[in-house]
Amino acid sequence: MTADISQGPVCPVPLSHRDTIILGHGSGGKLTHELIRNVFSKWFSNQYLDQGDDAARLPLPEGQLSISTDAHVVKPLFFSGGNIGKLAVCGTVNDVAMLGAIPLYLTASFILEEGFAISDLDKIVQSMAEAAKEAGISIVAGDTKVVEKGKADGLYISTTGVGVIPASRKQNISGSAAQEGDVVLITGSLGDHGIAILSSRNELAFEVTLESDTAPLNGMIETLLEIAPGVHVLRDPTRGGLATTLIEIANQSNMNISLDEIRIPVKEPVKGACEMLGFDPLYLANEGKLIIILPEYQAQRAIEMLRKHPYGKDTAMIGRVSAAKDGSPQVTLSTPYGSTRILTMLAGEILPRIC
Amino acid sequence: MKYTEAFRDAGKVKELAAELHQVIKNTWVIMEICGGQTHSFMHYGIDQLLPSQIELVHGPGCPVCVTPLEMIDKAIALASNPNFILASFGDMLRVPGSKGDLFSVRAAGGAVKVVYSPLDAVQLARQNPDKQVVFFAIGFETTTPPNALSIIQAETLGLQNFSLLVSQVRVPQAMQAILSSPANRVQGFLAAGHVCAIMGYWEYPPIAAKFHVPIAVTGFEPVDLLVGLIDVVKMLEAGETGVVNSYPRAVTEAGNIPAQAAIQRVFQPVDRTWRGIGTIPMSGFSLRPEYALFDAEKRFDIGHIQTREAEVCIAGKILQGVMKPPQCMAFGKECTPENPLGAPMVSNEGACSAYYRYRKGS
Repeated sequence: MTADISQGPVCPVPLSHRDTIILGHGSGGKLTHELIRNVFSKWFSNQYLDQGDDAARLPLPEGQLSISTDAHVVKPLFFSGGNIGKLAVCGTVNDVAMLGAIPLYLTASFILEEGFAISDLDKIVQSMAEAAKEAGISIVAGDTKVVEKGKADGLYISTTGVGVIPASRKQNISGSAAQEGDVVLITGSLGDHGIAILSSRNELAFEVTLESDTAPLNGMIETLLEIAPGVHVLRDPTRGGLATTLIEIANQSNMNISLDEIRIPVKEPVKGACEMLGFDPLYLANEGKLIIILPEYQAQRAIEMLRKHPYGKDTAMIGRVSAAKDGSPQVTLSTPYGSTRILTMLAGEILPRIC
Repeated sequence: MKYTEAFRDAGKVKELAAELHQVIKNTWVIMEICGGQTHSFMHYGIDQLLPSQIELVHGPGCPVCVTPLEMIDKAIALASNPNFILASFGDMLRVPGSKGDLFSVRAAGGAVKVVYSPLDAVQLARQNPDKQVVFFAIGFETTTPPNALSIIQAETLGLQNFSLLVSQVRVPQAMQAILSSPANRVQGFLAAGHVCAIMGYWEYPPIAAKFHVPIAVTGFEPVDLLVGLIDVVKMLEAGETGVVNSYPRAVTEAGNIPAQAAIQRVFQPVDRTWRGIGTIPMSGFSLRPEYALFDAEKRFDIGHIQTREAEVCIAGKILQGVMKPPQCMAFGKECTPENPLGAPMVSNEGACSAYYRYRKGS
């Protein structure tokens, strides 16, 4: 092929690489700085990040630290009701908040695959900024690495969150704090995230109209703890679902938990998909639901408050805590027929790469 | 979904349980054929509502459980070859072969794909013309028609790189084998509703007559299970034998004729080995000779793989209803879903897995 000289002289100017990620974006050099300026700083800018040092210098209110870290490898990156960016912020914010902490800061590291569209990265980073704004946290540090084509599935994001448990909290909120006589609340329907992800993969022979419930829960938790300061346990039933999470709590607290199947909220599309695929909604992942275990006398006011919150409209009281006999705590489920069965942890992952 | 709710109605279930308590006078041993029914009994706790005179024993209707070790070893051999993609239902991946399982093969880089339908495997073959795609065709008469369709589709498309590793089994022949066994205790059957939806139930009256047993074609929801039990118990109490259709919303006597025609066109009855039980005459299907090109065992060099069952678990006795999972020394101890010694602990339809998941510790 010969150059068309009628278009003027052709100079060997390097391509600008504005459309896709190349290995140079992870070099730490000019391309890295360009990417930070055009994507990350554009969306994340705040006084701590903008200091531009190797680490962020942060003010710390009085209280104990709550810290949590999470890697996100969800497939597909964009799904109904969210994307990997929103998930990476909400997942870590929620984990930090489960101790009753107020989440303050987040760090994020990105592993990008060569060839990834910068326009997609921009959308993902924008969602992270929006979720961070809603959660009231600042993204204060980050890192970007690029790996060769075929060595990562587009993009992985790892986030670490820091929050403070105010000194005013009277008791430790923990999975080991459930007590005899407590009741168990769930703030909405189960399995929405798991089925929305599966449906977004286009692997099903049928369509499900359903959005992932991915959401930051710290705002709702803050209001809850004002109304019901006696909360013993907060947990978000992510991977493994309600059943696995409650089994963990039962073991940590050495208590039995009994559930009433008929009170557990599950949406019709989730029920239908589970029927077809042989899944149990109790084991499907959620990314915007909260398990609350608290004394019964505080439950009614908590439920009324939660039902007024956008993320707690379908809150239900689903079970009770009782003493475990001979040190072998169990989670049991009463059926509508008057029979019971125990819930056990599943042996393997039913749906890989959901978060 | 709304349609199934009617068959899970708590009031109706309690009413039927009360009726069952009224009609039963003597003690009876009844087998539910299908592992799906075993799991429904346990999942909904329907077994806890039954009169003490009924002893339920769990049948061999778990496709993963009865697939012989040798076939799993053959699947592993194919999946380990870089020129192959092995497509399978997800359940099969955790079943231990004589050395490892398909999950381990996948972790070592073998191409093992989980599909929900054999037609998805045909798609895989179209998308990967440089690979041989083999679908692990296991199961009863319920999976046979879609497997037949996959062959018909592959033939129409002229695909040279699609085949089946066939381990298909048939229910009526297994029932006869159970009834012929000297150790048999089964006095009545809940026949597998899904299998009958395909095959009809015209094959059952001769079995009922020959072995003097009542058989009720039974579904999988709580109401279905109780209706089937009431029908069988009524016949047992009256000293009657025969076949009754307790699942008429899904099953007709003739069954699904086009599905049977697809089976007829592609498959032929053969003797099959059942894991833990042994060889049962004419108890399975293989591809007809004219479809040999789609038969992975004929096409590829895996014929030499021969594996004998290890005597590690009592799966055979459990699959024949001679023993129950908690009677096994290894149950819940050496043998758990994380570390299964036998297939009934792996599958969603396996009796050991049902006991472990819903009743562990009791």
